[in-house]
Amino acid sequence: MSSTDGTAPPTAPPDGPRDEKLELGPVGHLGDRLFAGMARGSGVLVVAIVAFVGIFLLALAIPALANNESSFLFSRIWEPGANPPQFGIAALFYTTVISSIIAMAIAVPIAVGVALFTTYYAPKRLAAPVAHAIDLLAAVPSIIYGLWGILFFAPILRPVIDGLGSALGWIPLFQKSVTDNVGVVFTASVVLAIMILPVVTAISREIFAQTPVAHREGALALGSTRWEMIRMAVLPYGRSGVVSASMLGLGRALGETVAVLIILSVPNGNDPWTSSIFAGGETFASKIANNAAEFDSPDKTGAYIAAGLVLFVVTFLVNSAARLIVARSGPGGKRPRRIKRIGDKPQSEGATL
Amino acid sequence: MAKRIEVSGLNVYYGDFKAVEDVSMTIEPRSVTAFIGPSGCGKSTYLRTLNRMHEVIPGARVEGKVMLDQQDLYASGVDPVAVRRVVGMVFQRPNPFPTMSIFDNVASGLKLNGVKDRKKLTEVVERSLHGANLWNEVKDRLDKPGAGLSGGQQQRLCIARAIAVEPEVILMDEPCSALDPISTLAIEDLIEKLKDRFTVVIVTHNMQQAARVSDQTAFFNLAATGKPGRLIEMGPTKQIFSNPNEKATEDYITGRFG
Repeated sequence: MSSTDGTAPPTAPPDGPRDEKLELGPVGHLGDRLFAGMARGSGVLVVAIVAFVGIFLLALAIPALANNESSFLFSRIWEPGANPPQFGIAALFYTTVISSIIAMAIAVPIAVGVALFTTYYAPKRLAAPVAHAIDLLAAVPSIIYGLWGILFFAPILRPVIDGLGSALGWIPLFQKSVTDNVGVVFTASVVLAIMILPVVTAISREIFAQTPVAHREGALALGSTRWEMIRMAVLPYGRSGVVSASMLGLGRALGETVAVLIILSVPNGNDPWTSSIFAGGETFASKIANNAAEFDSPDKTGAYIAAGLVLFVVTFLVNSAARLIVARSGPGGKRPRRIKRIGDKPQSEGATL
Repeated sequence: MAKRIEVSGLNVYYGDFKAVEDVSMTIEPRSVTAFIGPSGCGKSTYLRTLNRMHEVIPGARVEGKVMLDQQDLYASGVDPVAVRRVVGMVFQRPNPFPTMSIFDNVASGLKLNGVKDRKKLTEVVERSLHGANLWNEVKDRLDKPGAGLSGGQQQRLCIARAIAVEPEVILMDEPCSALDPISTLAIEDLIEKLKDRFTVVIVTHNMQQAARVSDQTAFFNLAATGKPGRLIEMGPTKQIFSNPNEKATEDYITGRFG
């Protein structure tokens, strides 16, 4: 019925020598040159902006650091206005990191669960609304999270804090606080967890949906249940993606300002420092935002800028680590080359970022 | 091991679309049965209904009966997961689990069945790799990733994985279509050996392959695009290839069609 091959068209052009010379001269690559220039320019611009931010921070921080009488990295004192100025970031660093890590520990399991639910468990008409609702969480302004967190959520969380404090109070991290203050690090962490949930979920969902059909069917054909299929095929494939998604979420939590600023109660200057997450505290971002009105002398400003520089470096490192993990492993484990050779087309099931 | 499959009055639908119509056949134990036919005639779809893998595709459903000896695979209370542990499958493209070692790939089905004893696992992995004619090539690197093997070796690894759980039936969906001729030959030799222990069903586009490896051949065709695929004729391979009953079969086999 159909022709067996596509060769030999019915009317072949007549053979024979041709008179005219072939045009093989330059055809004009203006578009190429323009576009290459623009692309290169944009790339350089982005790098330059990052570099300038770093340089700005350094230039303002160095003089203040030179005058600092305290150990900048290891002191918990923060009195940049004193004479001589004394300031250290240890307390800020601790609160920033511990609140973000707790936020990540809460958010990542939920995000992975939601991502798996929307990709492999939920019927299509349920999966889309759930995914959409999670995405909407990202659209809520952080000031709203802050207000909601302190006015509505913190009182609800209070019994949880009391319960944890009673049960695990012998661990310094969970030491029961003396006041019944609700603006504690733990509350901020839970709110941060809600805030980073959308990004972690979206990336995990996308990577899970891309698990090649061949791997999934391979697991199912061996007689695995859906959960066993997820464990054998989906999770190994998505592991690196989930790790990098968590790191991106962590980076976001580290730098979050307004919500944390509103929720966290600033400890009294005379109170002894505590490592408990059931006490108030200040993160880099909330400390700087709280004291923006104080930027009157170069020394004071420089102290806050120096704190900002540390935050910049930490988030930069976390994000770089995330990128490195993605670049090194790629989806599907160690061997992106292999996926190419086998020729599996990754299938995406309406996953969006 | 190795059971008889009896299919009667089987229709397969994707949503409202009828993909396969009214197939009835008997597949003998310890034999190789080949399904041939033009693309889109429903032979792969039909193959998947023999271990309920079609249910992975949303909207796919089946009418009719598939009996494995005395048991109806579609009776109520039959778990498709249990069916697939009895009727194994090998796919068109080799699909070893990329993050698992060669050993873990072969052992994966056993682990699903709850086998944890290391000695037993080692024993079965070795036996299965021998059974898949792969042992000599991989015995020194069982802990290396299965993805590092060549395409043909990967496909034999997948066959080892399938036979490790001692299924009754092995379904193969164009197992050689992504392989070079030498790897294809290795798989064909293996199929010859597998039929001593298993019921083997293979879908192939390669008619020489069907003629070489199978005892029975079933020819599928469809009346026109958009119409359901049907079983035109089934019989001993020799007879189908030398003296088919139907004109359509002869046309297809002699290359006048498709």
